[in-house]
Amino acid sequence: MKFYGLVDGTDASLKKYLGSLPGVDQVGADARAAMLATRSIKTTSKRWAIDTAISMVDLTTLEGADTPGKVQALCTKAVRPDPTDPTVPSVGAVCVYNDMVDIARTHLDLIGGAHVGVAAVSTAFPSGRASMPVKIQDTKDAIDAGASEIDMVIDRGAFLSGRYIEVFNEIVAIREICGTKAHLKVIFETGELVTYDNVRKASFLAMAAGADFIKTSTGKVAPAATAPVVLIMLEAVRDFYSMTKSRIGVKPAGGIRNTKDAIKQLVLVNETAGPEWLTPSLFRIGASALLNDLLMQRMKMDDGYYASPQYVTLD
Amino acid sequence: MSFEYAPAPESRAVVTIKPKYGHFIGGKFVAGTKLFPTINPATEEILSHIALAGKADVDAAVKAARKAYTTTWSKMSGKERGKYLFRIARIMQERAREFAVLETLDNGKPIRESRDVDVPLAAAHFFYHAGWADKLEYAGLGTSPKAHGVAGQIIPWNFPLLMLAWKVAPALAAGNTVVLKPAETTSLTALLFAEVCQQAELPAGVVNIVTGDGTTGAMIVNHPGIDKIAFTGSTEVGKIIARAVAPTHKSVTLELGGKAANIVFEDAAIDEAVEGIVNGIFFNQGHVCCAGSRLLLQENIAEEVVEKLKSRMTKIRVADPMDKNTDLGAINSKEQLLKITELSSVGDSEGGQRWSAPCELPSKGFWFAPTIFTGVSQSHRIAREEIFGPVLSVLTFRTPQEAIDKANNTPFGLSAGIWSEKGSKVLWASQQLRAGVIWANTFNKFDPTSPFGGYKESGWGREGGRHGLSAYLKGVSHD
Repeated sequence: MKFYGLVDGTDASLKKYLGSLPGVDQVGADARAAMLATRSIKTTSKRWAIDTAISMVDLTTLEGADTPGKVQALCTKAVRPDPTDPTVPSVGAVCVYNDMVDIARTHLDLIGGAHVGVAAVSTAFPSGRASMPVKIQDTKDAIDAGASEIDMVIDRGAFLSGRYIEVFNEIVAIREICGTKAHLKVIFETGELVTYDNVRKASFLAMAAGADFIKTSTGKVAPAATAPVVLIMLEAVRDFYSMTKSRIGVKPAGGIRNTKDAIKQLVLVNETAGPEWLTPSLFRIGASALLNDLLMQRMKMDDGYYASPQYVTLD
Repeated sequence: MSFEYAPAPESRAVVTIKPKYGHFIGGKFVAGTKLFPTINPATEEILSHIALAGKADVDAAVKAARKAYTTTWSKMSGKERGKYLFRIARIMQERAREFAVLETLDNGKPIRESRDVDVPLAAAHFFYHAGWADKLEYAGLGTSPKAHGVAGQIIPWNFPLLMLAWKVAPALAAGNTVVLKPAETTSLTALLFAEVCQQAELPAGVVNIVTGDGTTGAMIVNHPGIDKIAFTGSTEVGKIIARAVAPTHKSVTLELGGKAANIVFEDAAIDEAVEGIVNGIFFNQGHVCCAGSRLLLQENIAEEVVEKLKSRMTKIRVADPMDKNTDLGAINSKEQLLKITELSSVGDSEGGQRWSAPCELPSKGFWFAPTIFTGVSQSHRIAREEIFGPVLSVLTFRTPQEAIDKANNTPFGLSAGIWSEKGSKVLWASQQLRAGVIWANTFNKFDPTSPFGGYKESGWGREGGRHGLSAYLKGVSHD
């Protein structure tokens, strides 16, 4: 059924759907997230969490200074994060700008990384300030170059001025282009939406419009993937599942730099959406520096001491 | 694929539990004559043996308190008294981990709660009242309010150290000396507090602690050398105390039972309300006098809320209280477990639908799974009587007025909760509710600055804030 039967594509039906959502109490949401951050994850569960987190990383480089060499190095790291230990899983995907998709895909395939996805940021990332034809072309280019995942940004300006239907229609249009070739992740830039009510609204809007994943941030705006924001998005996918029986993924991105933060994210998933979401097909972590910290903690668990940073690779 | 949390036990190495304890009288530990065991309710392990105070012990404690009052404490300036309170507060913070571990071992509550709630709040009460000690002329009782003299204080087992702080801090700040009796199942942190008094070099006799059961408590209540009684516990015992002190000169404050309504309106933030419901009834195993034990749901959202509540309850981790990931610990005693079990059976026989979260309960110790009863009405006993355990009665209402009527339809009136995103409704409801503490969009939040106490059979007087302080003072006009 189109839009899961939740809306019929009209402005009125969308407003009614979003208006029916309960509010979020900020104090309560912050308190719940803070409580879950006190979970103490040790020994075997820590080891499991580290490996799971590695497999969920969308290893990201989104810089003006990106070059083919930089992207190829990132791909190599993505496939074998620790060249000395083959038991370390590959990451979920690499995440690059659309002109780097071809280079990434080719290099991954070349080095035995066919199982690692290539995510392209799209729709005039990170601001989303471009005309619709440009956004569509941006996405088409990425898919033609071999992107298996599209990380689109929503038009925050439209959202904040209440033109929800424009945001909805953009997601629908990009969804159509993705078709079966690419997974669609919808980035809200929660640091610009600011309120938790907006985060919940954006989540339900994007899911009804056909998002496969909802993603917090571009990584270019702070605050990004704060624990309460991720909590609210996880509640949204949980509730959307009970409404539609469809599981939508969640991707926090930005600000998750160490193992402790990553494990806190997994605890949030486990105790909010539930253990069904603890898989790279439903939970990803957009990050760059995080991977090396996960590797260092993993080595520490094996060896009993912290190695020098020289023992993890730089890319 | 599953994320099992490996055991993460807090170390108990930080505490030293002696094989036996006496009383703390006149600044010294004195041996008791009759001893009884105190156990860890999570394992039934005997932790130590504590003394059962008899008449001689209580007499000695009252005498020491009187002497300290007349010779030292009443002569000391408020500023100097404040220094001792600040010192105690700081030592409690320094020894916070020790207090938390000991509290959890002796009481059965999760270490997360003793660490994050009980101990920090107890220290906060001392800090707050330390600030009052030299400012009593601003308590609203005239320019030179006076202490009562010797305060007899009897505290319950649900928040042993915190209830001690609620009692001792304002009493000392106001210039009283105290004889305190902790509950018989949870005396160890009070005895550790006695060590803190020594460490702070508090003048001998200002704080005296006698351990024992209800018979000891009765001796304190009836002791002619005591000027003020402060009691926290059951309404049943509160009534006995009220009768006992009525014909005497003693002042009295009572903090008794409750059956709080937690009202969720249709316009509530549902997910946070569910958290608040869980916190309201499952915090501290429901051993909370102000627990939100009656959930009142607006009918048009009742089904959704109950479904979400059940799903949330499956995430409650019932396990070893010393594990840092435990959410719900052990029931404090065999007797309390029996009471909870019995009242729950009454719920079944009255036709309430029982649902308990699926969880594996440890084989040793006293445990009760988090439980809700749906289909409960005002005439059910489980909607009227305090269960004092992790058992929630769920009722429904159709209109805001009906919610208020049902909420107030109880002999108790300690606390209430309101969940709504609509400010005007929150303000309206809070004006209608007859309860001493009303939380809006939160529950079980405590602060030393905020007076706590009940309407109706939930008690007399307030604890905390200026109101609580004034319970330990006499206005000049009474002199």
